[in-house]
Amino acid sequence: MASRTGTGPGPLASMAGGEPGGRPAVISVAGLTKRYGEIEAVRGIDFEVARGETFGFLGPNGAGKTTTIKILCTLANATSGTAIVAGHDAASERDAVRRDIGLVFQDTTLDTYLTAEQNLRFHAELYGVPKAAVAPRMRQVLDMVDLWDRKDSLVSTFSGGMRRRLEIARGLLHAPRVLFLDEPTVGLDPQTRSSIWRYINELKGREDITIFLTTHYMDEAENCDRIAIIDHGQIVAIDTPEALKAGIGEDRVQIQTADDAAAIAALAETFGIEAALRDGAVTFSVAAGEQFVPRLFAGFPVPIKSVSVSRPSLDDVFMSYTGTTIRDAEASGSDAMRQMAARFRGGR
Amino acid sequence: MTTDVAATPGTGGPGTGMLADQIRVAVPDRGIRHDLRAVSIVWRRELIRFRTDRLRAITALIQPILFLFVLGTGLSSLAGAGMPPGVSFKTFIYPGVLAMSVLFTAIFSAASIVWDREFGFLREILVAPVSRASIVIGKCLGGATIATFQGIVFLILAGFADVPYNPVLILTLIGELLLLSFTLTAFGVMMAARIKQFQAFMALTQMLVMPLFFLSGALYPLSGLPAWLSVLTRIDPLTYIVGPMRHAVFSHLSISPLFRQHLAPGITWGGWLVPLWLSVGIVAIMGLAMMAVAIAEFRKTE
Repeated sequence: MASRTGTGPGPLASMAGGEPGGRPAVISVAGLTKRYGEIEAVRGIDFEVARGETFGFLGPNGAGKTTTIKILCTLANATSGTAIVAGHDAASERDAVRRDIGLVFQDTTLDTYLTAEQNLRFHAELYGVPKAAVAPRMRQVLDMVDLWDRKDSLVSTFSGGMRRRLEIARGLLHAPRVLFLDEPTVGLDPQTRSSIWRYINELKGREDITIFLTTHYMDEAENCDRIAIIDHGQIVAIDTPEALKAGIGEDRVQIQTADDAAAIAALAETFGIEAALRDGAVTFSVAAGEQFVPRLFAGFPVPIKSVSVSRPSLDDVFMSYTGTTIRDAEASGSDAMRQMAARFRGGR
Repeated sequence: MTTDVAATPGTGGPGTGMLADQIRVAVPDRGIRHDLRAVSIVWRRELIRFRTDRLRAITALIQPILFLFVLGTGLSSLAGAGMPPGVSFKTFIYPGVLAMSVLFTAIFSAASIVWDREFGFLREILVAPVSRASIVIGKCLGGATIATFQGIVFLILAGFADVPYNPVLILTLIGELLLLSFTLTAFGVMMAARIKQFQAFMALTQMLVMPLFFLSGALYPLSGLPAWLSVLTRIDPLTYIVGPMRHAVFSHLSISPLFRQHLAPGITWGGWLVPLWLSVGIVAIMGLAMMAVAIAEFRKTE
């Protein structure tokens, strides 16, 4: 997967003219900022998304993910900077951008008093999908999310997962070049979440499409070709999940001990390692964890009950760049306030 | 999960062959045809939702029925004295109550915008590559259609108020109802563009609807009023449609011109009789103006 970033111009790339890197950018953002009064929700971000890529914005709630997506989708104006989506400026060529993007918002945007088919038809008419193409395309997208047999049911009878699938189908109806998914699995149970991801991944094989998504679930970010970690309105890291994890270089070791405080002190004293209590275990990072464990046992003053060594996860990546876990970041009051303010102002 | 992604054909991978199956959809540049389709689908959605919501249609009729049959009958012993033979107080208030029958439905049809905003559907509409004008126009026409529908149901009861089923009269009244419904919906849409909370919208419309109705001369003649009330009735936009509606009804009754002059004197501005075309024109222009304001409101972006 990491190799995909490095591939030369593929057949699609050469078709579309190509860029210096060989891969045409479908989204390119430069110096983007967004200010809501005193609050700076996005503070100067730059990135590019290549055609066919699945690109994820990873960060806690209130980090600026939704604001960025709103700017890219022409729903909000940037305070400064530019965003080019599918070859058009998101600020000055709104309609051109809108024709080429599909959207699945965080909150459902279906009319629950209409049937699934009526919702899709509404979308097709609003987007001016050629009349002859409406019926076959509708069938195709409904088949894709396994909802064809439920097309005549009212959306109010759908479960959360079905609604989300229908929204994905609707977002694809007008064959957009970019599909935006804002927290596509938020509020769904784990089983439904993984089924949504199965649909998204399958879709990549069927449609010529670039996917831009936001998430605050670490495990979901693993589905992306590349991710950008965003915190406090800035991109702190951007790369493939593998490269980001490899960049950490250290493994995470967790030990259960009889006396955690003494263990933390002993680690600092004996090995010069800074450890902390996380998820009920003494946790620390160290290079080559497997080799470290025997050394640890050799002369440790505190009895150890269990030990686990894990390769760096995106959680660790997030922590190494932001100094906090994504859950802690979400719990902090200032972010919650910022999110509330953003939602309040973003009501339109 | 990682394996899922790895197995997924990427750019220029084996997936390109499968793309041939995708039905090509080239969304055209925006044009008048596209905008008309948008107007039409927004309008159709209103009709679909009205059709599935029978309860709303029934409840909206209760209030005008109460006014016509309970108030109209109850007050007829008092007010009936001034009526010519063959004409009851019910006949007199019928045009005004007919206007009332569309009042709530029209304004509340705009409430669905507030509702759609709270439940997210408005976003789906506002991010579409269509002009805001076509969405607002579709909405106003949709509200006007369902409210007029509501009025037509009430029109069936005309016989109970001794209003004749004259085809010309019925068509005139339907035309006037359509205009009234359009203007009221435009008013509602204009407010809905600004008011973000459903409760606030409902409270505000409740607060406005009753004064609009009572000041329109729906229940009393516009002549011989004290100056303050006279001024207020001339400010109320509803007056300018209730007047022509009553004129239409009374010109189809066989009564002496003297009574007609007394009961349906027309609207006067300081002694000058406002012609019917101007009266109707005022309502039409107000509707268009409010719709224009609504379009401008919806064009604003964050």
